[in-house]
Amino acid sequence: MSAVLFFIAAIGAITGAVGVVMLGSQFYSVLALVIHLVALAALFLLLRAEFVAAAQVIVYAGAVMVLYVFVVAYVGGGDEEATRSGLRFLGPLLALALAVELCVALLGTALKGISSKGARFVPGFGTPADIGKLFLTKFLLPFELASLLLLVAAVGAIVLARRRRGLEPDEEREARYHPRLPAWVGSMAEAGGLTRFEEPPAPPAAEPEPESAPIGSQS
Amino acid sequence: MAIGWYLAVSAVIFSIGAAGVLVRRSPLVVLLCLELMLNAANLALVAFSRMWGSEDGQVFALIVMVIAACEVTVGLGLIVAMYRRRMPLDVDDLRELQG
Repeated sequence: MSAVLFFIAAIGAITGAVGVVMLGSQFYSVLALVIHLVALAALFLLLRAEFVAAAQVIVYAGAVMVLYVFVVAYVGGGDEEATRSGLRFLGPLLALALAVELCVALLGTALKGISSKGARFVPGFGTPADIGKLFLTKFLLPFELASLLLLVAAVGAIVLARRRRGLEPDEEREARYHPRLPAWVGSMAEAGGLTRFEEPPAPPAAEPEPESAPIGSQS
Repeated sequence: MAIGWYLAVSAVIFSIGAAGVLVRRSPLVVLLCLELMLNAANLALVAFSRMWGSEDGQVFALIVMVIAACEVTVGLGLIVAMYRRRMPLDVDDLRELQG
């Protein structure tokens, strides 16, 4: 029974991976990755990693893929033509060589355990309770570092994808044609509902940067 | 199933992801293929964790998932910024940093 489930999940995972690479439309690539992730979660379950499988489905297939779908919809993911460089033929060859090398390493290993079914199963292996205990005792430092890294990445993504004024040529032209636009339009202060500011008294040519505008002093 | 089968699947998925990184041109799909490679590594980690009967590999896999989430947020932020500045979303054209 577990062998049947393994082959179904493995074929699903490999098919999804091939779909990510081969499908022309970016949107279909994202959907193929969702199939791949769900099949991989089934493989994790077969390896008795319940918590990792649940996190995979919820975090990856749920949250991260929604982010991908949003960005594909935003940039309008159309079809792409194949690359012009020599990598078009060299890339698959290199990947094939890599796969052969990994399989040779797998077949020639002196590790006895990989031909077994794994260690004796202890009840509670891979449950959230055990993983959480490990995270808060043995792996406390990696856990805290990971949370710090997540915070840094979130702030960095906001800074990168934020709307800037004065950098893009189109937005500069727009500012010239609509000089009475308040400086905070499109800023985070407006999104937070702080729209009760007065019009800035400065002439539009000398309009301050939205980052440097003192938000609290204008009310 | 023996642990070796899981490792073989992991090797195949890793190679497919590497091929995708080399062949595809859209930075979004390149990010997706990076996810494939990270997932293959995750599968190997969980398989080895099962082999040794220790949960350390699963903790490692969860940390890798956190790293992948960070990579996705920063990468997608970069793609959105490039799109706003009307730059071509094509890794063959974005070669300013190539030596």
